[in-house]
Amino acid sequence: MTAVTQPPPAPRPAGPTLTVRPQQLRRRRRRKQSVMRWVVIAVVMAFFVIPLLSMLYFSVRFPLSGKWTGQAWSDIIHLGSLAANDPANYGQLWDGLRNSGILVLLTVLIMVVLLVPTMTWIRLRVRWLSRVMEFICLLPLTIPAIVLVVGLGPVYRIVSNMLSTNAIWLCFVYVVLVLPFAYRALDAGLGAIDVVTLSEAARSLGASWVTVMWRVVLPNIRSAVVSACFISIALVLGEFTIAELLARNNLQTGIFLVSQSDGQLAVTMSLVALLVAFVLLLVLSLFSGGRRSREGA
Amino acid sequence: MPMTAADVTTPVPADRRGHGWRRAAPALGTVPFFGYVTVFLVIPTAIVVIGAFRSPTGGFTWSNIAALGTSSVLSAFAQSVILSAVTAVVGAVVGGMLSYVLVTGSPRSLSRKVVTAACSVLAQFGGVMLAFAFIATVGHNGLVTDLLQDWFGVTNTGAWLYDLAGLVLVYSYFQIPLMVIVFLPAVDGIRAQWREATETLGGSTWVYWRRVAGPLLAPAFLGSLLLLFANAFSSYATARALITQSTPIVPLQISGAITNEVNVGNADIAKALALGMIVVVAIVMSLYALLQRRTSRWLG
Repeated sequence: MTAVTQPPPAPRPAGPTLTVRPQQLRRRRRRKQSVMRWVVIAVVMAFFVIPLLSMLYFSVRFPLSGKWTGQAWSDIIHLGSLAANDPANYGQLWDGLRNSGILVLLTVLIMVVLLVPTMTWIRLRVRWLSRVMEFICLLPLTIPAIVLVVGLGPVYRIVSNMLSTNAIWLCFVYVVLVLPFAYRALDAGLGAIDVVTLSEAARSLGASWVTVMWRVVLPNIRSAVVSACFISIALVLGEFTIAELLARNNLQTGIFLVSQSDGQLAVTMSLVALLVAFVLLLVLSLFSGGRRSREGA
Repeated sequence: MPMTAADVTTPVPADRRGHGWRRAAPALGTVPFFGYVTVFLVIPTAIVVIGAFRSPTGGFTWSNIAALGTSSVLSAFAQSVILSAVTAVVGAVVGGMLSYVLVTGSPRSLSRKVVTAACSVLAQFGGVMLAFAFIATVGHNGLVTDLLQDWFGVTNTGAWLYDLAGLVLVYSYFQIPLMVIVFLPAVDGIRAQWREATETLGGSTWVYWRRVAGPLLAPAFLGSLLLLFANAFSSYATARALITQSTPIVPLQISGAITNEVNVGNADIAKALALGMIVVVAIVMSLYALLQRRTSRWLG
């Protein structure tokens, strides 16, 4: 993919002067381009790094007296015990953190279990439904979370009656939120392999449909599943709108509530969450990329 | 259809039944999926759409829709559109340049992965936390506010952050990364050979952009611009965290109408507002889909 974007290395000018002129031209252009490139990168990076540095600064300094402090950082390290001792101030944040962790797992699980078999089945047997499936999966793009939540009230009243009012049941609607992104990733993955032949081969060797899914299809679209999970994790950990308006507590509403009493803690927690999410996504992408390149080799 | 072998290997009793049944029976396998999306996507949407035309007593009414004509709602829609358009343009231009620089500069996969991960975090994960980032930067006690004061004697009260101007700044912080994510694949499709071909034929950089790369990237660029517009238009979390006193944009008006329990009719107004948002976003996204089809012809 990316390999073709770089101009091939210019051949050494072994003898004839014929190639010198275009090469000089290209070199000058490249030098000019590289200055432009560094200017763009520097300016944009400054715009992105300054707010993060500011968060760090804000997290270690009392706004009024200007004294340095590590209070907010120590609070975060000891959040669990603080929440147990002082639930009024720290309970929401701790609870939200835990809920978001569970929500990520449940959402990813439901997403994979719901989408992968259905999409595979549609490719195998019910091709005529694929347009409908695509339309439905991309539909959430046109229905913002703030709109969806308006109609979710009655649905979640039923969910609360059948299950409980626990925040972890937000996973049902979070699956809908991640649907467009997960669908695209999985569709690309399934498109790249020959699902029909693979599953026919597995079936003719006596595999059950569960085996076909678990041991044939899933391993073959592993990198697509990883990228679908990638986006789901970021989206679920960052979700605020639906949780707030359905009065459920997750990481974001926890941070928001804490900000009203302790701005410093809220900013510190935000910084930690952004960095942790960044590292998490980076590790996931390195992992999936490593696998992909090995498969290609 | 290349599924004859599958038909042999699976003993399908439906083979002997009618033609329509044979076509429909495998569709039963998709029932769990469609059932799920019906409950959590189709029904909520239907509640919004139907509710927008329902009076509190249950009959049909235009009065909820008519309530959209009040000056506060109209100005909220106008401000939402302005905010989304400005941040979409800023995000598309800056993010577009950044993607181009990233692709042509260092296609080494590690730096690409670092940037992509950072962009995903900021674009998808941000919301509330980005609002705090900017409170810590240009808010009353922010780093930049302090530095401006110390170095240049410029006083920044930070009050503008909690208004539309502040939203433009913070929205750019997630729009630019989103642009990088959605535009990068299109820039990846550009081949170095096209530039070389232009040069061989005597074209300058300007000609290359004007006649080759520009027209090729234009549909993808416009499509991404529309996607950014829809993204800003639907965003709620950042605005909610920054703005507490007023409701200058539509998502804030919706949440105000939902959470206001004093006036019962407000729930229906919320549905009408939500329908208004669906209409705007649906128009934008269908244009996006059209452009997307156009893009895939060359850069897919």
